[in-house]
Amino acid sequence: MGGFGFSRTTVLSVVVLGLLGLVPPILQWAGQPFYLDVATRLVILAIAAVSLNLILGYGGMISFGHAAYVGLGAYAVGIPAHHWLYGGLEDWGLATVSGLVQIPLAVGVSALFALVTGAICLRTKGVYFIMITMAFAQMAFYAFVSISEYGGDDGLVIDTRSELPLVNLDDPLQLFWLAWGSLVVAVLLVRMIANSRFGMVLQGAKGNDERVVMLGFNTYLYRLTAYVISGAMAGYAGALMANFTTFISPDTMSWANSGELMFMVILGGTATTAGPVLGATAFVLLEEFLGSLTIYWHLPFGLLLIGMVLWGRGGIVGLFGGRKK
Amino acid sequence: MDLSLFIIQALNGVQLGLLLFLVASGLTLVFGILDFVNLAHAALYMIGAFICATLTFALGNFIFAVIVALPITALVGWAVERFIARPLYMRDHLDHVLATFGLILVLETLVHLIWGPEGIAVPLPAWLDGQVALSETLILPIYRLVIVAAGLVAAAGLYWMVTRTRLGMLIRAGASNRVMVGALGINIELLFAFVFALGAALAGLAGMLIAPITEANVGMGNNIIITAFVVIIVGGIGSMKGAFVAALLIGLIDTLGRSYLDDLFKLVMSPAAAENSAPAISAMLIYIIMAVVLALRPQGLFPPKVR
Repeated sequence: MGGFGFSRTTVLSVVVLGLLGLVPPILQWAGQPFYLDVATRLVILAIAAVSLNLILGYGGMISFGHAAYVGLGAYAVGIPAHHWLYGGLEDWGLATVSGLVQIPLAVGVSALFALVTGAICLRTKGVYFIMITMAFAQMAFYAFVSISEYGGDDGLVIDTRSELPLVNLDDPLQLFWLAWGSLVVAVLLVRMIANSRFGMVLQGAKGNDERVVMLGFNTYLYRLTAYVISGAMAGYAGALMANFTTFISPDTMSWANSGELMFMVILGGTATTAGPVLGATAFVLLEEFLGSLTIYWHLPFGLLLIGMVLWGRGGIVGLFGGRKK
Repeated sequence: MDLSLFIIQALNGVQLGLLLFLVASGLTLVFGILDFVNLAHAALYMIGAFICATLTFALGNFIFAVIVALPITALVGWAVERFIARPLYMRDHLDHVLATFGLILVLETLVHLIWGPEGIAVPLPAWLDGQVALSETLILPIYRLVIVAAGLVAAAGLYWMVTRTRLGMLIRAGASNRVMVGALGINIELLFAFVFALGAALAGLAGMLIAPITEANVGMGNNIIITAFVVIIVGGIGSMKGAFVAALLIGLIDTLGRSYLDDLFKLVMSPAAAENSAPAISAMLIYIIMAVVLALRPQGLFPPKVR
């Protein structure tokens, strides 16, 4: 798959991203502004799913703790905003609502957490890796549950959204456009990484680690780098999420949320450009639809998940005849 | 330090450790022998607790309820093996994780539908509900001692079965080379189904034992499953001995850490700083231990000899 060939997946990606971008004008025209919230949430989750696809799809690293990065990114917005209002941490310059501090902080903290935990997780393989990523996410979850200053179990209300030049995040439409633009960048970034020499090594190591090691690559470092990039991107998605919900609780980091992110990637189609976006779209629409029918929507949803694993292969992208690796 | 308080906390730690062992032993058996990752294992722990709760009210006796609920939970495990796990044995771990994640959602919602959103308190018979005073300050609840005893009996029974019986021999053989066991004419499918059902019953037993203390509720499995993962990672996945040692270790460290870490911190930092940092650190303690073990021994403390 060359960088410039208009393969089916490329066309599919452009179409999907374009359609998502058309959502606000259509909603405005239809007089249904409520659904803009659904679209914004979808786009933010899609960013997290795209970041997970980098390690899960292209790298073969089955991380079951990706929601932790989203949560860390959200707390990196919520905690400075909390101190800005109630005092404390001024000496560190962390009592602020400036997005130019909060967003780099979100990315930095997530990257650091990914670096430290990834360095340990990546010493292991297979099922160990799944469980350890899950356990580290749970560690972050319990850490925030026990910090009463930031609301503990009950979570933290974010009174003031991030202040950024040029965009006003209090305006739902501008928040959507920021998230949508970020998603386009994220999709392009992951596609670029996957098609680069770095991405080739990563995908090669997924297929046959020993062979790539024999070619002289330190696959551990390649994986760790991808892991950190992915965590940082998810942290960025978390910062957007915090601005969208204006509330953050440890529940954001729960393993159910990590599982849902994995589900989006696999439903859409792993290691494809459009897959995670399609998966996130299908997930959010399904959730909205089933949730409007019954409060027991987890039942049909769970059955669908089992059915997808038992009988469906290749995800949604597979249905379009896109190439699956 | 107050000695009797320490003994009580240590007993709580052992109790948690033994419950963890009951959950982790099933996980490690199923993974070690079937090479199957079962996230829904803790859903069986929850289902065991709910079935036992219903039976306690129907039969009027907690002990009878446990005895009847055990085979029913094993039967649920059997059904899960037959319809979800068996078609996936040849697939990769990612498929196991996704399917059993879906299964958790299904089972939790079913429990929610059948038993309602409220938890169910399970009453104990009077003779189990009392306390025993070993000294003036050392008063232990009888039921906690019963949990410890039941956990030890289950662990001993499992050890006996795995090391001393023909069935255990097959299980061990299946763990090290299942193709060979199948080639020798053993009905592998039946063996696998049995192991799965056994694991379900063990997890169910843990849920039944804890239900009178915490009550049976829908989310109860979610916390213990991750801790059980930590146990089998620290112990070495597939190792029974590892699961036992790690379960007690994790149970004790978690319980004692939550009670004494702030005192320990006060020795080296200001009381205020200790009060602030101790809860967060003690909540993370078992994961930090896991990280240290993995950094030193990626295969866990007691990795199985052949894999």
